[in-house]
Amino acid sequence: MTEIADDVVAIIEKKVPGGGRKVSVTDRLEDLGLESVDFLEMVFDLEEKFDVQVPYNANTASEDFATVQDVVDAITRLVESDNA
Amino acid sequence: MNWPHRVVVTGLGAVTPLGHTAPTYWSRLVAGESGIAAPTQVDPDLLQGEVVAEVKDFEPTLHFGERQLPALDRVTQFAVVAAREALAVSGLNITDDLSEQTATIIGTGIGGSNTIDDSYKRLYGEGARRVYPLTVPKLMPNAPASQVTMMLGLRGPAFGVVSACSSATHAIGLAYQMVRSGIARAAVTGGAESCINVGTMKGWEAMRVMANDTCRPFSVDRRGLVIGEGAGVAVLERLEDAQARDAEILGEVVGFGMTADAADLTNPDVGGMSRAVAATLADAGLDAGGVDYINAHGTGTAANDKAETAALKVALGEYGGKIPVSSTKSMVGHALGAAGALEFVAAVMAVRDGVAPPNANYLGPDPECDLELILGDAREMPIRTAISNSFAFGGLNAVLAVGKAR
Repeated sequence: MTEIADDVVAIIEKKVPGGGRKVSVTDRLEDLGLESVDFLEMVFDLEEKFDVQVPYNANTASEDFATVQDVVDAITRLVESDNA
Repeated sequence: MNWPHRVVVTGLGAVTPLGHTAPTYWSRLVAGESGIAAPTQVDPDLLQGEVVAEVKDFEPTLHFGERQLPALDRVTQFAVVAAREALAVSGLNITDDLSEQTATIIGTGIGGSNTIDDSYKRLYGEGARRVYPLTVPKLMPNAPASQVTMMLGLRGPAFGVVSACSSATHAIGLAYQMVRSGIARAAVTGGAESCINVGTMKGWEAMRVMANDTCRPFSVDRRGLVIGEGAGVAVLERLEDAQARDAEILGEVVGFGMTADAADLTNPDVGGMSRAVAATLADAGLDAGGVDYINAHGTGTAANDKAETAALKVALGEYGGKIPVSSTKSMVGHALGAAGALEFVAAVMAVRDGVAPPNANYLGPDPECDLELILGDAREMPIRTAISNSFAFGGLNAVLAVGKAR
């Protein structure tokens, strides 16, 4: 896994209810039991960690952020476009 | 239950993104106008493209003296201007006796949010060492209620009500209960909000529910809510008092229900919503078939509109998908603690005039929001009873029912 993927997985693991579960990039966020507030905190933590602005709208987001890999890809794109 | 008094509405006032009086607001709602635009009170560069529904061209010095203004946050200015209008329209003569028997109950979601924001900016942004002397009495959430009592000379029971987006509906509902039970002879009641400032808007941004196009309740491709501001105030009194003084009766409050979800902090709950609607009908002694118009909470978020649709079907049974519905937030945004009052004004006027305002900005059907929406133009129809829904963050729900004057 890339460094970004490691960091994204670590942030998401902290949000999984109950804790202690290993998260893989193929996991679906809804299967991890994340609730709406967990999502908000996850996006905030990602933005703080990578110093990016994630264009996440809870009303339209379910397709864009279905799996952990989707989140990794989005963050990778945002980090790259910031460095470009 | 048999209460000693029937409760009627004899005055309405409103400060809104569609005008600064109740009649202007109402006529522009019926015309389907939009009060939604890019922000002017906040530098748009500091935000992420969301639109807002601001009260436009509000000039405080037209309403308040130079010595009064330093004590008045914009939220309180709105409340007082709306209250003055409502009282003037009612024609009530506030004698010493009536003053002590009149309740003042004004809801707000946040209170003096502009004052809080200005003070933080001054302290942490500009490095000032002190804030303005009236900071505390300006920002307290009871400031709108307190200033209304002072400016109108009302010495009866008075307090603010705080339940986020349900604040004004709770306020009006409590006032209704006090007047019908005989605790108060009359009431000046409603809600006010003004929080289109950087700090509060950044907070809303972080909730990730803001639309950057417009507010599209119950529509496919809706993108979220639009923050609004303003105030709505009603004068409630006993039917027999209004009749005795030959006042024009605008409508009658016939039912009020409230519940808590005790579930998710921000996600709406069908059970809590539907129980609030059912409690209101029970309080009013009404069957679902007796409701002719629903002014929905209809925020335009994915979650609310879907849950509200389901809740109406649970509470109203076979009538749930048949009773005409609109969300006036499609035109004036979500004024949070004032929203229930702006919508109560709309509900009373709808019943009085026999016309229901449209649900604007609709792009097409969402199968999960299959209500009988009023699309296109306002709909002229006889309205015996309307209900007005408010469902707040924190899971606090309140619903009012309004009947035609008779």
